[in-house]
Amino acid sequence: MDADNKTYDGNLSAHMCAEIDRWAAKFPEGKQRSALIGSLLAAQHENNGFLNDELMTAVADYLDLPVVQVYEVATFYSMFETKPVGRHSISVCTNISCMLNGCDRIVDHLERKLGIKTGESTADGKFYLKQEEECLAACDGAPMMMIDHVYYENLTVQEVDSILDGLE
Amino acid sequence: MSEDFVNIEIDGVPTKARRGQMIIEVTDEQRIYVPRFCYHEKLTVAANCRMCLVEVENAPKPLVACATPVADGMKVFTRSKYAQGAQKATMEFLLINHPLDCPICDQGGECELQDLAMGYGKDASRYTERKRVVKDKNIGPLISTDMTRCIHCTRCTRFTEEIAGFQELGTIGRGETMQISTYIGKTVDHELSGNVIDLCPVGALNNKPFRFRARSWEMRQVPMVSPHDCTGTNLFGHVLRGKLLRVVPRMNEEINEIWISDRDRYACYGIYAGDRVKQPMVKTKGEWRETSWEDALARVVAGLKKISTEKGAGQIGMLASPNSTLEEFHLLSRLANGLGTKNIDHRLRQTDFSDQNADPVFPWLGTEIASLEKLDAALVVGSNLRNEVPMMAHRIRKAAVGGASISFLNPRKYRYLFPVTGYLATDDMPGELAALVAVAEKGKSAKGDHRKIIDSLNDGAAGMILLGHLAQRHPAWAVIRALAAKLAGLTNASLGYIPDGGNAVAGCLAGVLPHRDAGGKSTSAEGLDVPAMLASNMSAYLLLGCEPELDCANGDTALRSLAAADLVVAIGSYASDTLKEYADVILPIGSYAESSGTYVNAEGRWQSVAGAAALIGQSRPAWKVLRVLGNLLGLEGFDYQDSQQVRDELAEALAEHTPDNAYHGDRANTEAANGSGEAEDVPMYLTDAIVRRSQPLQETEQESPASPAIASF
Repeated sequence: MDADNKTYDGNLSAHMCAEIDRWAAKFPEGKQRSALIGSLLAAQHENNGFLNDELMTAVADYLDLPVVQVYEVATFYSMFETKPVGRHSISVCTNISCMLNGCDRIVDHLERKLGIKTGESTADGKFYLKQEEECLAACDGAPMMMIDHVYYENLTVQEVDSILDGLE
Repeated sequence: MSEDFVNIEIDGVPTKARRGQMIIEVTDEQRIYVPRFCYHEKLTVAANCRMCLVEVENAPKPLVACATPVADGMKVFTRSKYAQGAQKATMEFLLINHPLDCPICDQGGECELQDLAMGYGKDASRYTERKRVVKDKNIGPLISTDMTRCIHCTRCTRFTEEIAGFQELGTIGRGETMQISTYIGKTVDHELSGNVIDLCPVGALNNKPFRFRARSWEMRQVPMVSPHDCTGTNLFGHVLRGKLLRVVPRMNEEINEIWISDRDRYACYGIYAGDRVKQPMVKTKGEWRETSWEDALARVVAGLKKISTEKGAGQIGMLASPNSTLEEFHLLSRLANGLGTKNIDHRLRQTDFSDQNADPVFPWLGTEIASLEKLDAALVVGSNLRNEVPMMAHRIRKAAVGGASISFLNPRKYRYLFPVTGYLATDDMPGELAALVAVAEKGKSAKGDHRKIIDSLNDGAAGMILLGHLAQRHPAWAVIRALAAKLAGLTNASLGYIPDGGNAVAGCLAGVLPHRDAGGKSTSAEGLDVPAMLASNMSAYLLLGCEPELDCANGDTALRSLAAADLVVAIGSYASDTLKEYADVILPIGSYAESSGTYVNAEGRWQSVAGAAALIGQSRPAWKVLRVLGNLLGLEGFDYQDSQQVRDELAEALAEHTPDNAYHGDRANTEAANGSGEAEDVPMYLTDAIVRRSQPLQETEQESPASPAIASF
């Protein structure tokens, strides 16, 4: 809205600002709203995997957008968390191919092993068992899960154990 | 057949439509009703409610009328079995989660969903599942929320983004958990926010102070005009048993379109404030008592006559609120003439009167309100536009969004929700204006905003320099105006005023001015302006609808002079504790809701209304009080039968007056000696006695000058 707004003096790290600039540059002038998803993902990565009021406000300020537009995006997409969650985000695909290949067993095992229900985080803040709503597009490797953006396919209960044990 | 038109057929009737029009626009023009919730002609098309499904020949499925452009040869059926089946199916979906709480919903009886459910809904639901429940949000003191009723048409979010200019409401979440909400913990603060109530097709967003006060069908709808700013916004008052319960917009595309500002909508909740006077009151030895009209008026007449004979009529001063009606102004002016005083004024917040003889007959906007949105360039001098005239600010925003170059010269940075070409925020408005004149005059090289402003004014075919309240209240107003006029001449722009007060134009026309009679005729004996009256400790003051300690530029001086006067007659609706200290007689009058009268807006448009609500207690319309005062003082020609007669008399006297803002003064060359003085910036919801008493408005996050929200862009 205003030329004076170009100098940013908020709380975002220099790396965050560079990251948002990189996303914003992909879109035409004045269409910075399109850079929101990329910007929020970057912000989420810097903040232990979730967004909070401060971050959303900061991103809105930086992109010169009404903060409610940031909130809209952050609550619409399932890859954004607006509440604190565990360090490692585990998504087990429960869509049709995985379901037919026994993903229920994987989910049950994870819930028992971690002592939490889907949608919850472990008390030590290490794991977050995410409610995955959509197909993760790896049907050829069903059943599968994604941990911190990494796909693990053709899962068995034993493999799940070893994968989880291998995480920090 | 022009290329821009296509032939289509609607319900078997051939018709022409402009290329690119949506089906619903054509059916609306043809007065064929297609049901809709999300579509609104003032907003962008969202096409998310799916209620306007119609049958189009050869289309594989029903199409949404709001987002389907017409094509040549298209055959549309809005009421075929197929179309109605689609509409009814949509309605069934919309009602799945909608609560059946119409009997306790304020929207009941004026609800688009209720109406359409009558036509398209089933009498029983096939769904036995539990309905979803959404927690209500507190989005401020003006708008109540019942979000379970929301059908997600997004009219409200589109309004805040597209019309208000700053999105405050959004759609949070997705799918079944989607909700309309503000950002975490935020309220809706925009000065036009109340319009989402009218846009909401269901009872999700409603008028908070009106909640559970009445059913819509019980009330009488009466046309009103807003007295709170010089736009002359058209309103409907909704009255139940004589009481004004709420105010809604009255459509007038030439003035306020279909919107009203929050000030116009919620000021009515100040009308019945606790300190409303119901009975004439007189003060004897510091003790107030209620009395009869005869007694109170006799005391006023005796007091005025005594002062007039003993000390001279020049010891009587009259201050009128600029929100008074034309009829009240006219009678007050005649009363002053009859008493032989010209100490009469309505320009309560103005401070520099040195060049008042160069004033136009009335401060004219210089154009029509609707034309503001067609400006190519404008320089707004001394105006907190959004606070002063929200509806005009909306027009100017439309111009700016459409590509016009709008610039500001203001004492501070105010927040504008549109692209601004140049913004000069300075303590020295006359100095900066002189600098702009120099750039325009000599083609002087200049950098930054000065250059941009002058270039935009030079380039724009329709350019305008608008003088706002902060300019008119400035201690160097004469210089500012002269420089602005000069700049307008140099850049071929027109000059416009934003009159300071709801009916200030009528005040000028009626001659409620110390230096002029009605119609701008110069007077034989010039009287004192407001500050002069208040500084010269007069013996008697007559106050019409104003509270000088709050309405005048220098409240403290006002208080001292009023306290020292022999007689202070307050003709007003309210008796604050302060007023009770300095006043001697209070004559209770009807508020704008209860009095008939005429308002002349900034365009010079006369709008007369009848009183909407019943008078409170013994209060009387002010024009009647003034008429009786005239009679009791033995003045000629005060035998009016109704307010219309008063208006007609003045209208006849004014005959044909054409507004003209041409400046013939010579103050442009004056060195701006006191240029650094400050103009009083009154917060939006403290502008007049009624607004100040509106509890809901006082509870808002006001954008007061001190508020940091203003400066932070």
